[in-house]
Amino acid sequence: MIEGFAAALPANAWNWVAVWRRNYLAWKKVALVSLLGNLADPMIYLFGLGTGLGIMVGRVDGASYIAFLAAGMVAVSAMTASTLETLYAAFARMHSQRTWEAMLYTHVTLGDIVLGELAWAATKAFMAGTAITIVTATLGYAAWPSVLYALPIIALTGCVFASLAMIVTALSPSYDYFVFYQTLVLTPMLFLSGAVFPLNQLPGAFQQIARCMPLSHAIDLIRPVMLDRPISGIALHVGVLGLYALLPFFLSMALLRRRLMR
Amino acid sequence: MSQDQKHQVLKRKLGPEDLRRFETPAIERESHGQTSAKSSVPDSLSTVAVDFAGVTKSYGNKIVVDELSFSVASGECFGLLGPNGAGKSTIARMLLGMTCPDAGTITVLGVPVPARARLARRGIGVVPQFDNLDQEFTVRENLLVFGRYFGMSTRQSEAVIPSLLEFARLERKADARVSELSGGMKRCLTMARALINDPQLIVMDEPTTGLDPHARHLIWERLRALLARGKTIILTTHFMEEAERLCDRLCVLEKGRNIAEGGPQALIDEHIGCQVMEIYGGDPHELLSLVKPHSQRIEVSGETLYCYAPDPDQVRTQLQGRAGLRLLLRPANLEDVFLRLTGREMEE
Ligand SMILES: Nc1ncnc2c1ncn2[C@@H]1O[C@H](COP(=O)(O)OP(=O)(O)OP(=O)(O)O)[C@@H](O)[C@H]1O
Ligand SMILES: [Mg+2]
Repeated sequence: MIEGFAAALPANAWNWVAVWRRNYLAWKKVALVSLLGNLADPMIYLFGLGTGLGIMVGRVDGASYIAFLAAGMVAVSAMTASTLETLYAAFARMHSQRTWEAMLYTHVTLGDIVLGELAWAATKAFMAGTAITIVTATLGYAAWPSVLYALPIIALTGCVFASLAMIVTALSPSYDYFVFYQTLVLTPMLFLSGAVFPLNQLPGAFQQIARCMPLSHAIDLIRPVMLDRPISGIALHVGVLGLYALLPFFLSMALLRRRLMR
Repeated sequence: MSQDQKHQVLKRKLGPEDLRRFETPAIERESHGQTSAKSSVPDSLSTVAVDFAGVTKSYGNKIVVDELSFSVASGECFGLLGPNGAGKSTIARMLLGMTCPDAGTITVLGVPVPARARLARRGIGVVPQFDNLDQEFTVRENLLVFGRYFGMSTRQSEAVIPSLLEFARLERKADARVSELSGGMKRCLTMARALINDPQLIVMDEPTTGLDPHARHLIWERLRALLARGKTIILTTHFMEEAERLCDRLCVLEKGRNIAEGGPQALIDEHIGCQVMEIYGGDPHELLSLVKPHSQRIEVSGETLYCYAPDPDQVRTQLQGRAGLRLLLRPANLEDVFLRLTGREMEE
């Protein structure tokens, strides 16, 4: 059993690149549509909520509401992009298109496949998050050049949510189950992580829960750099995100091995 | 594999049916044989491509592969013949290390599987039962992307792609998307894809299921070309004709058990050994008593009487003058063996 798991681990440090490149090639064929699709949603939220609520809310934590919200939307767009990629597209490649099966005839191991898929989902998250960052910075809602520090955090956030979604992918018998994860996990997280309103308005218990959620750690890192403010507890935030990326990776691999190689 | 079995394999390797493989010189085959016959340590790499010994696999409490043993000499076409659910695909998956057996040992190309399956896969090409090409990619892109999974650079893949396209007769479709190809073309592309790592062993899981006769003949012809190049092929099928045409040896599976093994003609001779007269158009049970004294064995399936008769003329005489009967005399084939072994509706 342990031996089998070891054989399923990534074979080396670069095998996953072949998997990533396969997905990149497929994406290139529909790049424009895909980018617009990924951008539209967070943009609508940003400007809809930002301008609409902004009038009522006024300033939040010393910034305009739209600038406050922008940081949240960057993190949320990364979360959404990598989640959707891992839930729907990766599930299709595993299940109905049997792409993973073909990969398993080769030098690629299951671990390489999972790693390649996670890296690809994180890449999509990075593209979505970066695009919004550029738009908000261009419109003057984010501070240059400190906003550039947001980019690696966006990528890390993408890894975290791809990794978490991979567990759901590994466990779901069909597409129908994904909506539970989206509505019961991601949507509450959106409201409990300081994306749309500051956490300190919540009761203490909720603030405790928020501290356990990866999205709030991502936002705690992204918001200060976008507003050019000092960040506190960088190591803690990065550490928590790192664990959220790493542990689900191994768990999902074990689950996928049980599912695909039984 | 015992020394005895190995000699069997060697004897077979040098048998007359090998002569039809013009491109692999008999000399080379012979020298292979000698090296391994002399050495006391099994030199498995040169003679035995695949060895299953007492392999068992069950899902839940259903035994899918049951104490299965067989071995495949390199350069031969070995058939796994069995009805739906006999365990053919499961055997193929175990061979690739994609699932672990519950008991028994598997050796592929001299390497223990699943322990070192990744190494073994370097020398294996796979044509799966269910198409898993990338539909949105072109033919060329499919090959390129698959080459990368073997660590091949774009340049390395591009160097072999023209010959693969030629092999698959897809030169003019190189830039067509897979979704535009016919079923037969897709299967040819899958075969080409399986060759990108220049494998010694090719595993084909029902390569002609669902194809029209033209495509089927093309696949058979391509398969023979691979054998002529000295490749080893494991072919699963439930078409008796396919097995009879292509396989040097085969193993008949029922519920994961190996119920017979040997060359197609040897199996036919051993289990049937005479011509078959099919009689239909009358009440089989009434006819049964008439022809029984002149037959070695009789079986009834539906409305057809299968009469294994050493002297078919006597049977014919016996049935003379009966209106509406149709008689068909034909050589025995693998299907007869298969049905005999797995049982027709009723046996006398
Ligand atoms: N992953 C699995 N989980 C549970 N049962 C399985 C699994 N894979 C195969 N089986 C069962 O094992 C049996 C043999 O399946 P297998 O696919 O090996 O048969 P096959 O000979 O390839 O059949 P076919 O001709 O239909 O392809 C079937 O009854 C199938 O339901
Ligand atoms: Mg099958």
